[in-house]
Amino acid sequence: MEAQAIFDTLKGKFGDAVVELQGEGFRPAFVVVAPASVKEVARFLRDDPALSFDSLMCLSGVDYKEKLAVAYHLYSMTHRHAIGMKVFLPSEAPSLPTVDDVWPAANFQEREAFDLYGIVFEGSKDLRRILLPEDWEGHPLRKDYKYPDFYHGIKV
Amino acid sequence: MSPDPAHGTPPGLPAVSAGPAVTGPEAQVLVGNADLFVNWARKSSLWYLLFATACCGIELMQAGASRYDMDRFGAVFRATPRQADLMLVAGTITHKMAERVKRLYDQMPEPKYVISMGSCANTGGPFFKDSYCVVKGVDLLIPVDVYIPGCPPRPEALIDGIMNLQKIIMKKKNVYGAKA
Repeated sequence: MEAQAIFDTLKGKFGDAVVELQGEGFRPAFVVVAPASVKEVARFLRDDPALSFDSLMCLSGVDYKEKLAVAYHLYSMTHRHAIGMKVFLPSEAPSLPTVDDVWPAANFQEREAFDLYGIVFEGSKDLRRILLPEDWEGHPLRKDYKYPDFYHGIKV
Repeated sequence: MSPDPAHGTPPGLPAVSAGPAVTGPEAQVLVGNADLFVNWARKSSLWYLLFATACCGIELMQAGASRYDMDRFGAVFRATPRQADLMLVAGTITHKMAERVKRLYDQMPEPKYVISMGSCANTGGPFFKDSYCVVKGVDLLIPVDVYIPGCPPRPEALIDGIMNLQKIIMKKKNVYGAKA
């Protein structure tokens, strides 16, 4: 299925929860989804026989300075087609539902997004820092991150 | 077993007087100084702690493998700090790892030596600027004896570093018996 057809399918099923298609200049094209309905859209993308996106290739946070985003790259092993899903979030207290019960692989990647961007995935099985030490302060990949001077007495 | 003047004497040993040829048990005695003997024993069996955190670890493996064969220096790896004399810090040390480096170093018995291998362990290397997670040099954590530059250093450079450390060890003055 092409990106436009996938978008139309989702638009017909979810209505206003699916905002727009970012197709121009994006590989794969991104379907922009409202934060609250991420899990429903994800489950539909996985379970619908015509789509069957069974593999979450990548989940990553993005900082656009005035807002944050989470980008999902999906691939279907059966139909050999790909689509992206994007969710825009506010910079203050960003949170959205987890998808780790849809694709178990999402757990580590959500932990990474939480670690480096401070995005909270509600209902996650295990949301802890994954890369940095547990007592690290702040989320380093945010654009407004200030480096600490010392960590445990060692100069940073 | 009379001394053979043609071969001379090992450096640092008192000259063997070319007296009459001695045979018997006294011919088995060699007089030297204890520092020389102990340092020679230490430098010839530098067991290093297996501690590779990044790409330098691959060079370390190659230096230990058949082509460069660090075994011929008596340098073999131990996977435990309790029986290692030398800590070869091969690779990037992050702040998360720093605590473990310090702990492993503290668990090593004296006398212990540290070789810092590669730019990351020396100064932070390519991560020196704009990195929040890399320790800018392992000498912020533990004392370093020999620095090996390079990114990554070739196995020859590592072997050169080990030979330099052997020179350092040969100059040591040891204290024997219980310390006051």
